[in-house]
Amino acid sequence: MSSSASAGDPITGAEIFVRSLQEQGVEHLFGYPGGAVLHIYDALYKQDKVQHVLVRHEQAAVHAAEGYAKSTDKPGVVLVTSGPGATNAVTGIADAYMDSVPLVVFTGQVPLPLIGNDAFQEVDTIGITRPCVKHNFLVKDVKDLATTIKKAFFIATSGRPGPVVVDIPKDVTAHRCVFDYPEAVEVRSYNPNVKGHPGQIKRAVDLILSAKRPMIYTGGGIILDHAAAELTEFARILGYPVTNTLMGLGGFPASDKLSVGMLGMHGTYEANMGMHHSDVLIAIGARFDDRVTGNIEKFCPHAKIVHVDIDPASISKNVKVDIPIVGGVKSVLGDLIDVLKSTAERPDADALAAWWEQIDEWRSADCLRFDRDGDVIKPQFVVETLWKLTEGDAFVTSDVGQHQMWAAQYYPFDKPNRWINSGGLGTMGFGMPSAMGVQFAHPDATVCTITGEGSIQMNIQELSTCRQYALPLKILNLNNGYLGMVRQWQEFFYQGRYAMSYMESLPDFVKLAEAYGHVGMQIEKPGDVEGAIREALAMKDRLVFMNFLTDPTENVYPMIPAGAGQNEMILI
Amino acid sequence: MDRNSDRHIISILMENESGALSRVSGLFSARGYNIEALTVAPTEDPSVSRMTLVTRGTEQIIEQITKQLNKLIDVIKLLDLTQDSHIEREHMLIKVRATGSAREEVKRMADIFRGTVVDVTDASYIIELTGSPSKLDAFIDTLGAKLVLETVRSGPLAIARGGRRLAI
Repeated sequence: MSSSASAGDPITGAEIFVRSLQEQGVEHLFGYPGGAVLHIYDALYKQDKVQHVLVRHEQAAVHAAEGYAKSTDKPGVVLVTSGPGATNAVTGIADAYMDSVPLVVFTGQVPLPLIGNDAFQEVDTIGITRPCVKHNFLVKDVKDLATTIKKAFFIATSGRPGPVVVDIPKDVTAHRCVFDYPEAVEVRSYNPNVKGHPGQIKRAVDLILSAKRPMIYTGGGIILDHAAAELTEFARILGYPVTNTLMGLGGFPASDKLSVGMLGMHGTYEANMGMHHSDVLIAIGARFDDRVTGNIEKFCPHAKIVHVDIDPASISKNVKVDIPIVGGVKSVLGDLIDVLKSTAERPDADALAAWWEQIDEWRSADCLRFDRDGDVIKPQFVVETLWKLTEGDAFVTSDVGQHQMWAAQYYPFDKPNRWINSGGLGTMGFGMPSAMGVQFAHPDATVCTITGEGSIQMNIQELSTCRQYALPLKILNLNNGYLGMVRQWQEFFYQGRYAMSYMESLPDFVKLAEAYGHVGMQIEKPGDVEGAIREALAMKDRLVFMNFLTDPTENVYPMIPAGAGQNEMILI
Repeated sequence: MDRNSDRHIISILMENESGALSRVSGLFSARGYNIEALTVAPTEDPSVSRMTLVTRGTEQIIEQITKQLNKLIDVIKLLDLTQDSHIEREHMLIKVRATGSAREEVKRMADIFRGTVVDVTDASYIIELTGSPSKLDAFIDTLGAKLVLETVRSGPLAIARGGRRLAI
């Protein structure tokens, strides 16, 4: 372990904290102050390298850090106080854990002598966060602080990324020692394997080339490992169809003819039918989530499966695979491409042509069509219009529910890291705060949040943060007056008993946006949709809140009902 | 319990740090796995603890358990000892009623099972016994509920036979 920063006089733990972040190259720190972290805030005040972003609720700080991380190749960094500061952050931490987002979350803690005494704003942060972090640390000695911070960044960003919590008691931030930030750290019990096994790669290529009805199924791993270029080259060499999970959208250009769109519960008919009838499934950086597989007993009954993943525990967890390859998807795809290029063998052209003919037949079902003639705004039309007017190149974050699915279906992405949503945990309230993080990372980009009147109210207070930092987000509220996905399930599976899914006493969103100092718009007619979005996008330096009154009875189609197989979709 | 589920002994080397044990036990409860027995103590290297964990599961579940354990940052190395031949021992201290005719009978039983009487009073013995868990079960059964006053067992310890090693 060698030192990069020069040794000198002893400095406080708070100063060590700030200098460590500086050494680590952290530019933005999302957080909220409180008693246990006051020394740290004092040290932050005295410098200007690390910009602290003050949110209005700690959950939003974590989501903002997630948006920051998901739209860049950098980890998100959070600072909150002890007790309620930490517990408010837990939803965001759990969200990051499920979606493998590299985060380092610093939590204040009561002074060491008070730990365990039920002190004011004390909570067992290590215990509470243990099941939803990649790892966590309690720093008991100021001498360990810098090394622990370095380890936290190393663990969060390597292997399968994830959130790491560092809990720092207040007295540790007052104690002094000499600052010595290590250039690198080693953790003897942690050595993620990035390079795939050459023998397995060879076997995989043999199987892949033997396919008659292949399907490439990719997930968030492609986005996290920045492997979109490799995936695109791999798929184009083979000419095989590609489907992306919700987390994997943008990993392969949606406009490419090889793309069959998203798969899973609300995926396209062609993607799900293609999965079901495939004879070789090439899964890359995806984890066979239940929303993707449908009924596991009926999943891909004819397929031999290759699975590439950095996390050995993801392999054969839900579905037994035939050729596992443990490794980083970027590295393994590179190796697969090399082997493909060095062999004269090519896929069976006749079989592939017949397979594409079959896929095109499924495509012709036009499963994403919707009614364009009514006088009520269709939510799909709003998303589609946004896509058109932003030329498919905006950063889009979403909350959770019907609008999330419509965003995924009607805003096809050609680039990675553009689509930011809460896939694993499904956290309502994710959309706007994550968009703040995206906007900090990309100050000049168009950042849009597609949300609903249910989700947006779960972190509405962040309109204040957006005002403070002049974040010109474009918020599209698909307001149908219902918790739409709940309502849809109640319509399908509970004989229309709409228990608690109707949102009564909604605020006047236009006035609300204005009260926070933003621009509010109300759009009630389909004919006004395009003009309103165009006008909003033209306001480059203002946050615009667009409240679209949309069809309250619209459902998300197509759909694989719970318990059904991928070939048992409900089409519109 | 699934009828295909077998008993497995998993030995784990992990960082000897506070919280490491709760990471393991938390993993089992969070994912719905079962812990039958668990022992843990530092090794010859005081920075490393060795845990011996007995669980049950189908082949697929055991594979997941070992993968998930390996994923814990504090876990350095692990070995499913049940895959190969190994030595398994459990330690028991048992307090037994020793009055009247039972006094001689209990002593004889202890000898047969190669136990050692380590504490004697007018009314009771404490017997120390080491062996496979089934041997300890058999001893308890032989004495019967009337005589057994109290038992404490260590949970199994296990080590692979021959050249196979679990070491850093």
